[in-house]
Formats: sequence, structure tokens, C-alpha cells
Amino acid sequence: MTASTAAATNLGSTTTDEDIVDTLSFFEDWEERYGYIIELGKELPPYPEALHTEEHIVRGCQSQVWLHIEMDEASGKMLLFLDSDAIIVRGLAAIVSAALNQKTPQEIVDYDMQSYFAKIDLLKHLSPTRGNGIQAMVERIKNEAKARI
Amino acid sequence: MSLDVHAIREQFPILQQTAHGKPLVYLDNAATTQKPVAVIDAVDNYYRTQNSNVHRGAHYLGDLATAALEDARLSVARFLNAEREEVIWTKGTTESLNLVAHSFGGSQLKAGDEVLVSTLEHHANIVPWQQVCERTGATLKVIPLAADGSLNLSDIDNLLTGNTKILSIAHASNALGTLNPVAELITKARKVGAYVVLDGAQAVSHFSVDVKALDCDFYAFSGHKIFGPTGIGVLYGKKDLLNAMPPYQTGGEMIETVSFEKSTWNRLPYKFEAGTPHIAGAVGLGAALEWLMAQDREAIWEHEKALLAYATEKAKAFPGLRIIGDAEHKVGVLSFLIDNTHPSDVGTLLDQQGVAVRTGHHCTMPLMAALQIPGTVRASFAPYNTHADVDALFAGLEKIIKFL
Repeated sequence: MTASTAAATNLGSTTTDEDIVDTLSFFEDWEERYGYIIELGKELPPYPEALHTEEHIVRGCQSQVWLHIEMDEASGKMLLFLDSDAIIVRGLAAIVSAALNQKTPQEIVDYDMQSYFAKIDLLKHLSPTRGNGIQAMVERIKNEAKARI
Repeated sequence: MSLDVHAIREQFPILQQTAHGKPLVYLDNAATTQKPVAVIDAVDNYYRTQNSNVHRGAHYLGDLATAALEDARLSVARFLNAEREEVIWTKGTTESLNLVAHSFGGSQLKAGDEVLVSTLEHHANIVPWQQVCERTGATLKVIPLAADGSLNLSDIDNLLTGNTKILSIAHASNALGTLNPVAELITKARKVGAYVVLDGAQAVSHFSVDVKALDCDFYAFSGHKIFGPTGIGVLYGKKDLLNAMPPYQTGGEMIETVSFEKSTWNRLPYKFEAGTPHIAGAVGLGAALEWLMAQDREAIWEHEKALLAYATEKAKAFPGLRIIGDAEHKVGVLSFLIDNTHPSDVGTLLDQQGVAVRTGHHCTMPLMAALQIPGTVRASFAPYNTHADVDALFAGLEKIIKFL
């Protein structure tokens, strides 16, 4: 395990997708909801500075995300490193990470991201068109997972 | 006379609703405008009482639909001060510009020729020219930008020369609102024998445009940015130029005769309208233009200028806010950035407060690169916007800067 992979043991193990669904269901106003989403973004493991490169970028119209994936050979799980230039999008990336980080490729392929985002009323951020890059990032993660099955 | 904004607002049913439980404040009019009842009714009425295919049905409904489509064309002709045959239906500005670039540009340009655009063009007025230049060996040249977001014309006489075959330029900028000095540029273009294409997408809803007075060769605009339906737009072109151009797309409607040896083309404007047109869209656009021409357009222009001035004044007083594009002549567009915030975050949190703006690069990546910014937050105004809408925008921003 590299130093960077050691740092990736945060979301997906400590904060799970279920925690996020639970927490978001309590909030009533946008300040609380988006305050929490922004906080989640801060839980993302630091994205390796050297990997803010063209090959890792997922471009959206309004914001972009960076994605780097490592395979933990011992556990057979995928480790996700995500970042964005917009803090709300970084929070959304953390929400994705809570569901997919440190999962096996099969688990990742099987995960229903649409219904997860629908449950937390954030489906509009998973729009299939250009936009914030989240949907394209999820697709890239799933394709990488598929290639490893 | 000042504009009765209340009376105008009442004609736009969509504005009555709430967004995320807050009163809807719609400030994304440069992306698309809302539709008055007159337009909604015209489209509804078309499908209820007139729907048929056009120009061929030898029956009652076919005649009604054809008349409705051609009446709408007359409305456009009146709106632009053009001839009926000079009004081509397209899907929108993008298709209009593609049509000019590929048909006119493709048949006119040769190696050594130049096409001149500006730094603040929408991608739709860059990429088609790029493509045609690549095919013909012509060169794409670019008018640079001044610091305030207007065009820097200090070197224009070295850019617009005898080599320039086509000048294609926005009447008004979608990203910054800059109103370009098109009359001056057209005069210069005439002197060097260049043809002029104007992208009017961001101009026509704000003030009257007279293509004869402008003496441009082509003028493009979209229905949905001028209170009409999506999926319909217009290309105006001078008759002799349109007559000389090859068809853009081929198929039904645009032909006169077809044999396996040779086909001949229908007369104008049908030569450029392959396939069944978007009849309901055209009818809706006709209704939108009739609606707009019945308003006091001078008062609308003054109202939008007042909104922009009010918003600009508030923006200048807002801590950490930087206006992007502060040219002397602008349409009702306020583009800005706030220190240490990302436009996308600002847009998302304004939306949560019921305020609709656009964020991002606005399909003007070369402009954003020239300004060295990733994008902007853009508020854009229509006649139905009020000073209270501007207040809501800045109240929303106040909350956001405490939050981010």
C-alpha cells in the first residue's frame, strides 16, 4: 500500500452511504443540507497534487472533477481519489466516494447511483448532460470497475 | 413612457411559481426567455385546429398549416425589415450559422482568404468557421478584446483587409453582454469587400434590428431567446447571395425536380428548408414577434438598461465581487465572479434560494481563456424582471458569501 492509498481509508468506511442518507433526511433548509455536503467534501482524502493532469480530468460545463483510481491488490478493492474545483461538487464527489470507495469492482458495477442520489434528493446533480462532471465521473469509475472484473 | 412591468409579468404564467419553496426569480434570460400567453396559445391553437404538413396537402388543414407557417415568416420579415424570401427557418442560431458557414463560406472561401471573428464569440460562431477554413484552406483571424470586455479595434485595419472574405461577429455577447459596434464594422467591411454575418441571438429581444439599415449580409437568431419556442430560429440572408449559394441540406421540400441524373432546387426560401419544418415552432415564433412588436420597445430597452445600471451599482458595492465585462455599451447581462468562490457553487446556492442564473464558460471558452478565468456567474434580464429581482439576487449573494 502506498502512502496515498493509506490516506484513502476515510470515506466509504467511516462515513457510509447509509450515514449520508440518514443525515440528509434530518435537514430541512438548504443551509443545513449544503453545509453538510460541503463538510463531506473536506473528508475526501487529499488528492495528489501531481495528478491534477489532463488524463485525470473529467470536464463539466460549470465545474470539473479529477479522478484517480488505485487498486488495493491485497483486498481486491478499488481506492478512489476525487477532487473538484467547486466545493459543492467536491461534496458531491464525497457522497459518491462514500458509496464506491473501497469496494470491489463487482460491488461498484452493481451499485445503483441513480436511486442513491434520488433518495437524498440530489438527482439533479447527477444529470447525464454536461454540467458538473459528477455523472461522467461515476461512469468512468464504473467503466474502470467493469474492466477489472 | 415607462414600462408597465406588472402588466408584462402577468402575461408570463411560469413566473408565478415558486422554486425550492421560494418565489422564482428568473435571471437566466440570455440562456432562454420565458413565453407569454400569446405564444403558448398560438402553439396550442396550432395543434388543436391547424396541424397538418405544409406546402403539399391538397386539403383544408394543409392550407391552414401552410398559411400559418407563411404568416409567421411574414412576421419575421416585418420584424427584421427583410423580404419574405430572405427569411429561412432553421433550428436556431447555431444551425443558421452552420448554414452560412458551410454553404456560403464553403462555396466562397479559398486558400489565402480570411474569415474574421472576435474573441467574445459563442462557440457556434467559431467552430463552423474553423471547420470551413480547414476544408477550404482559408485562415481564421480574431479581433482581440479590450480590458473592459469590449472589442479592441485599435488594430482593426490590419485585421479587416482585402484578404478578409467574411466578417462574422456577435451583435451582442452572450457571456458579457457587450454590444458590439456592428455599424462601424460593417462600414469597414464594405470598404474591403468583405461579407458580414451577424449573430443576433443576444440582440433581437432587447432592441429593434433593421437588417436593411444595418446592411449586413446575413443575420441569425433563435426563437427561444426572444419569447418563442425552442427548436426554431431564423437565418436572414440577402436574396442575391442566398440565390447564388448551394443548398445546405437536401431532401424533401427543398427540391424542384429529382431524377437519378440530376436534381434541381426549389426557389427561395424553400431551397434551404429540407424536410418538414418545425411548423408549430415557427407559428409560436411568429406570435412572439407580433407580441414583442406590439410592446413599447423603446420602453423595454430603457427598462433593461435601468435594471443593468441598478445591478451594476449593487455589484460594484458588493465586497469581493468583480464584474466581468463592464463595457460602455451592453445589453442586460451582468457577469461576475466573487473572490474565493467558484461560479458553480454560487449558482447552486442561488438556485436553492429561488434565483436562477447561469454559471460556467457560457460556450465561450476562448473568451474565458483570454480573460484567464474558468467561467462566470451570469445574471441576464428581460422586460419582466424587476428591481426586486435584482435585490433578490444580491440578498442571495449576501447569504452565500457568509456560507462559502
